[in-house]
Amino acid sequence: MKTTVSNWSNYPVKDTTLTHWRGESIPADRKNWIARGLGRCYGDAALSDQILSTVKHNHILEFNPESGVICCQSGVSLHNLLEVFVPKGWFLPVTPGTKFITVGGALASDIHGKNHHIAGCFGDHVSSCTLLLADGKRIRCSPTENSEVFNATRGGMGLTGMIDTVTFQLKKIESSYIKQRQIKAQNLNEVLALFDKYKSYTYSMAWIDCLKGGKNFGRSIMMMGEHATLDELTSKQQQTPLISKVGHDINMPINLPGFVLNSLSVKAFNWLYFHKNVKKVIENTVHYDPFFYPLDSILHWNRMYGKKGFVQYQFVLPISNSKEGLVKIMDRIRQKGWGSFLSVLKLFGKQESLISFPMEGYTLALDFPLKKGLFNFLDELDELVLDLGGRIYLTKDARMKADTFMNSYPGSREFLQILKQINPDLTVQSDLAKRLSILPS
Amino acid sequence: MNQRVLLIGATSDVAKACAYIYAEKQYNLVLAGRKPDELQILANDIKIRHNVACDYLKIDLMDSNTHAEAINSLPTIPDITLCFAGYLGDHALAINNWAEAERIIQTNYTGVVSLINLVANHYEKQKKGTIAILSSVAGERGRQSNYLYGSAKAGLTAYLSGLRNRLASQGVHVISVIPGFIDTRMTEGLKLPKPLTASPHQVAQAVFKAVKKKKNIVYVLWMWRYIMLIIKAIPEPLFKKLKL
Ligand SMILES: Cc1cc2nc3c(=O)[nH]c(=O)nc-3n(C[C@H](O)[C@H](O)[C@H](O)COP(=O)(O)OP(=O)(O)OC[C@H]3O[C@@H](n4cnc5c(N)ncnc54)[C@H](O)[C@@H]3O)c2cc1C
Repeated sequence: MKTTVSNWSNYPVKDTTLTHWRGESIPADRKNWIARGLGRCYGDAALSDQILSTVKHNHILEFNPESGVICCQSGVSLHNLLEVFVPKGWFLPVTPGTKFITVGGALASDIHGKNHHIAGCFGDHVSSCTLLLADGKRIRCSPTENSEVFNATRGGMGLTGMIDTVTFQLKKIESSYIKQRQIKAQNLNEVLALFDKYKSYTYSMAWIDCLKGGKNFGRSIMMMGEHATLDELTSKQQQTPLISKVGHDINMPINLPGFVLNSLSVKAFNWLYFHKNVKKVIENTVHYDPFFYPLDSILHWNRMYGKKGFVQYQFVLPISNSKEGLVKIMDRIRQKGWGSFLSVLKLFGKQESLISFPMEGYTLALDFPLKKGLFNFLDELDELVLDLGGRIYLTKDARMKADTFMNSYPGSREFLQILKQINPDLTVQSDLAKRLSILPS
Repeated sequence: MNQRVLLIGATSDVAKACAYIYAEKQYNLVLAGRKPDELQILANDIKIRHNVACDYLKIDLMDSNTHAEAINSLPTIPDITLCFAGYLGDHALAINNWAEAERIIQTNYTGVVSLINLVANHYEKQKKGTIAILSSVAGERGRQSNYLYGSAKAGLTAYLSGLRNRLASQGVHVISVIPGFIDTRMTEGLKLPKPLTASPHQVAQAVFKAVKKKKNIVYVLWMWRYIMLIIKAIPEPLFKKLKL
C-alpha cells in the first residue's frame, strides 16, 4: 500500500509502499526493499522504496523451559516476549531502552543494553538465525555456519536480507524486580570514577546534564542494578515475584509545538531531574519496567519534539580517549546551547565484531530537535569523534556522511565485500545504505 | 476440565484473534484449516504463550468427502465450534470460470454445511454445544459486484437460522455473526471506509461475547444492522439500476 513512513525521530519522511511480510518467499524481481520491525530506529535505516514490515510475522516457534533457548519469528516484539517469559522466570539477555522493538530489529542493529560491559550485544546471545537472501534463497547462519553472513547480519542494518527466525538464549531470573542503586555525581570526573568503581554491577548507565558548565560540568545520576533474588523482595513483592506488567501507559497525543523545547525548558528538565531525589544515594527495589524502560510509559514521547522531528546523536569513544573527548564534545554542545532533553552516558565493554557499534569506551546519546544549522554543527562533532577514534551508531543516525562511516568503522570495507557477494543486484536497499554509499544508489 | 474450542479456518486473521482470546482465558483449542504448516506454527505459539492444550487438524472445505473422517479423528468433539472460513474470490473471473465460482460457493457454503452438519448432529445427540459461524452482510442482498460470494453467504445465513430453529429445543446454541468490512489479509490493499471497518480483534471479541451471552444474530459494528435495513428496503426497480 502506498503510504508515508518515518522512523522514531520523525525525520526523514518517506513516500513508499509498505506491505506485510509473513514468511513467504520474496519475488526475485523485487528491488529496493528493506525489512522494517517497529520503526524504533531513529533515522532512515528502515526506509526504502519498498518496505516489508515484519510485525505480523510474530510467532514464537519453540521454547525449551529447561535451557531457556527460544526460537521465534523476527517480528516478535521484546515487549511481547517479556509478557510471556517473565512469568515463567526468564528475562531478555540484552535489552535496549525501549521494549517496543522486534527481535529482527534487535539483531539487525546488534543492540546493546545497560549490561554491555558484562553481556555484550544481543547478537552474542544468538545461536543461529534463518535469513532470506536477496536471491530468494533461505539459509541458516550462525557463528559457525555461514559465519561470514552471520557476522554481517548482526549490526548489518537489514542489508544482508530478511531475518526470518532467530534462536537465542534467555536469562534465568528469580523475580521481575531490580535492586537498584542511584548515586548523584557532581561532575564528569565523579561520574567516570563511579563507572570505574561499579564495573562489576550487571546493569549501569547515567543520566547526564550536558548543558551545565563550571564546577558542575557533567553532573549526573548514575544508576546501577541487579536482578533481585526472592529473599531480597518485600513481603508484598513476594506475593507476585514474576509479574510482567505494572502501571498504566500515558499517551502523548499530538506533536508539541517547537517552542516547548527551547533550551530553557531543557535546563529546567535536567534541573528537576537532578533535584528530584534529594539524597545523594538511593537504594531500593523496583520493577524492571521503570528501571529499563522509563520512557516507554510515555508512549510516543517522540512527538514532544514537534512535527519537524529531531535527530539523535550517539557516539562512542575508545576508552583511552574517552575522558578528554567527552570534555571536548560536551563543551561544544554546551556552548551551542542546543542540548538535549535527555542524555545517556554508558561504559561499553570490549567488543569484537564486524559492523556492530560498541567498542570499549564511553558512549553518549543525545537528542537534537531539528533546526537550521544543526547538520553543519553535527558534522563538526563528527570530525571530533573521528579524530578521537570513535564512531556513530548507525541505527540512531540520519545524517552522517559516507566518508565518516567508511573511516570510522574498521569493518566497513569487509562488510561491503560480503554484501557484494550476497546482494549483487542491490535488491535489498535502504536509504541509509544509499546515503552512506554502503550500496550505490 | 477446561472447555475446548474448535476453530475452523483457523489461519484467518479473525480466527487467530479469537484463538488468542480463548487461550488467554485458558480454553483448550483445536485449530482446523487447510495449511498444516501454518497451523502448527500457530498452535506452538499459543501453547508457549498461554500454557493450554492446542492441537491442529487438517480440513479442506473444498473436499467434503474427507470431512467425516477428519471430525471423527478427534478424540471428542469440542464444546464450542467456531467457523471463520471464507473466500472472497475474484468475482469478475468467477462469472466466466466455474472452478473459481465453485471455489467461492464451496468454501463459503457447501463445504461449511457439510462440516457443520456433522458437528450439529453430534451436539444434538449430546444435547449441548455451541456453534458460531461468520457469515456476511454480503448475504443480505445480492449485488452485481459480488453476488456469487453474496449468494453463498445468503445460503449460509439461511442455513444457520434453520439450524438454530431445529436445535434450540435440543439445548444446542447456534449463532450467526454478521460482520461488515474487516481489516484482514483478505482485504489488504482494498480501500475500506474506516468507521465501517472492524478489526479482527473486534470481530473476535464479538464472537466471544456472543457465545458467552448466548446471542442469536450479531452484527459486529452496530451501524451495519441499519445500513442493511436500508439496503434491503430499496425497491427492486430502483435497486437494479444502482451500480452496487
Ligand atoms: C527510546 C529508545 C531507546 C533505545 N535505546 C537503545 C539502546 O539502549 N541500545 C540500542 O542498541 N538501541 C537502542 N534503541 C534503538 C533500537 O533498539 C534499534 O533501532 C532497534 O533496531 C529497533 O528495532 P525495530 O524492531 O524497531 O526495527 P526498525 O527500527 O524497524 O529497523 C531497524 C533496522 O533493523 C532492520 N530490521 C528490522 N527487522 C529486520 C528483519 N526481520 N530482518 C532484517 N533486518 C531487519 C531494519 O532494516 C533497520 O535497518 C532505542 C530506540 C528508542 C526509540
